[in-house]
Amino acid sequence: MMSAEKKPLLEVKHLKKYFPVGKNQTLKAVRDISLNLYKGETLGLVGESGCGKSTFGRTVIQLYEPTEGTIIYEGREINNSLSKAERHEFTRKMQMIFQDPYASLNPRMKVMDIIAEGMDAHGVYKGQERKKKVIELLETVGLSEEHANRFPHEFSGGQRQRVGIARALAVDPEFIICDEPISALDVSIQAQVINLLKELQKKRDLTYLFIAHDLSMVKHISDRIGVMYLGSMVELTDSETLFDDPVHPYTQALLSAIPIPDPDVEKSRNRIMLEGSLPDPIRLSEGCLFAGRCPYAEDLCRKNTPEMKEVRPGHFAACHKAK
Amino acid sequence: MDELFVRVHVDESEKEHIAHPNLTAFQEGWLRLKKNKAAVASLFTLIAIGLLALLAPVFSAYSYKETNYDIIYQVPSITHLFGTDQFGRDLWVRTWMGTRISLLIAFVAAFLDLTVGVVYGAVSALIGGKVDAVMQRFIEILVGIPHLIIVILLMMIMPAGIWTIVVALSITGWVNMARLVRAEILKLKNQEFVLAARVLGTSTSMIIWKHLIPNTVGVIVINAMFTIPSAIFTEAFLSFIGIGMQEPKASLGVLINNGYQVLRNFPHVLIFPAIVIVLIMVCFSILGDGLRDALDPRMRK
Repeated sequence: MMSAEKKPLLEVKHLKKYFPVGKNQTLKAVRDISLNLYKGETLGLVGESGCGKSTFGRTVIQLYEPTEGTIIYEGREINNSLSKAERHEFTRKMQMIFQDPYASLNPRMKVMDIIAEGMDAHGVYKGQERKKKVIELLETVGLSEEHANRFPHEFSGGQRQRVGIARALAVDPEFIICDEPISALDVSIQAQVINLLKELQKKRDLTYLFIAHDLSMVKHISDRIGVMYLGSMVELTDSETLFDDPVHPYTQALLSAIPIPDPDVEKSRNRIMLEGSLPDPIRLSEGCLFAGRCPYAEDLCRKNTPEMKEVRPGHFAACHKAK
Repeated sequence: MDELFVRVHVDESEKEHIAHPNLTAFQEGWLRLKKNKAAVASLFTLIAIGLLALLAPVFSAYSYKETNYDIIYQVPSITHLFGTDQFGRDLWVRTWMGTRISLLIAFVAAFLDLTVGVVYGAVSALIGGKVDAVMQRFIEILVGIPHLIIVILLMMIMPAGIWTIVVALSITGWVNMARLVRAEILKLKNQEFVLAARVLGTSTSMIIWKHLIPNTVGVIVINAMFTIPSAIFTEAFLSFIGIGMQEPKASLGVLINNGYQVLRNFPHVLIFPAIVIVLIMVCFSILGDGLRDALDPRMRK
């Protein structure tokens, strides 16, 4: 799938994003995440709510200023050194699909103008050509010309999400961050949107960073999956390996929570119940963040923060006990 | 069971079809406003009052300051539709002259709301941080000073009259609007569609004009419509206590003050201006409510 000499499309190095919370306190939403993304692949990012998945995505796409770390796209650093014009031009390469199809479309704009927003911002198409391109995009996502003059509230959730996809595609991006694009949709519509995303990836050679918390959906779409816990990456490997052979105890617990659609097997499913609850992300102790809930934790875990290390070729985990 | 159900064939293109007719935003708005009978009635009442205020004094044989001591306190008749006052002045003309003043005040208040209030609120919310804090403290200081004191202090340096009232209104009249617009924009600026616009490279000014302002229109319209009656009432109140409009100029407040002094003997002097001011205030409120609903595409049934 990927070879060692292949150059990454996106490199994230030691990315940190801290938010000030009141006086003298910081919320470390993303603490030291490094990863590489290769052209044409889909990297799934999973973790429970509040673990920093969305913050990570938004920092990568420059909606938030990173506290520390570098983001390198096609060999160029993009988070500090870009001029205003370069940054504007860069928005055509990286796009985002948002979580809530009800909040991500301006209720006062027609679908035509919503989709054309990127074209307008970059002044690429005008007049008849703009209209033609919008209709083309609508057809790409399975809608038609008659929808162009409608307002978002006239559409269903799935239709809106497809409008959001068309809007992102309008600037011909290479890389799309999907920020939980399906978690607000019905299951039947989820498959429709996922299949559309896969089809688009094939046709347009897109690269996805797919943020979600539904593990089975992520497995279906991703080539590689990263698991996040409290702002750090705990395990990163290709999706089969992650599901067949998870090494981090958090990943094991997470995977054991997936229900199996067979009542007989489901009855005997052995779920790993984690002790305790998610610690307060503002006040965290030293050592491994997961140590307090980990069934295998030792003194070493409570003292030292584990580094991300390659336990097997292409399989990274941040755990002292991983072998 | 199976034979009870027949599979219905649905054409692919039909699946995504939207049955509602396709209308422009203006047509939509008008259709919705038309359904609200009270709002339409208010709109026409206001138009009628506006036309009367503009035209009635022009086409009347009398002037608002022309006195005639032979016909003081006449009851309404064909020659004097609303009767006459203590100097024999025609109340029909004076009422509509007063309405002019009230409507002028209304438009000044609305204009201030829409310019100073909206811009101040939007800038405060968008820049945020220290600038926002300073701007909000400034508003709090303005709100802290009683309105009446500002007007009375102004009277010391300016002659009593309509412009003094306009100046007094412009000092604090826009404060509510600024606060509401700020709150609304603070709410909107982190909405996903604004983030999407930023991701797409839309410039800040375009985000303000295409995303933030259109979505605050509802709040702006309803607040402007509620500011108008309160500004009219402020003018009437100041005139009523004697520090607004001065004789022989008429305003609805002055007329009501005159009428209230002779309420027992000549109630008609009070009744007509009072009806007009109540109509103006009620109609603006109902119309504002109707407009807010009509302007919001999500309110469609």
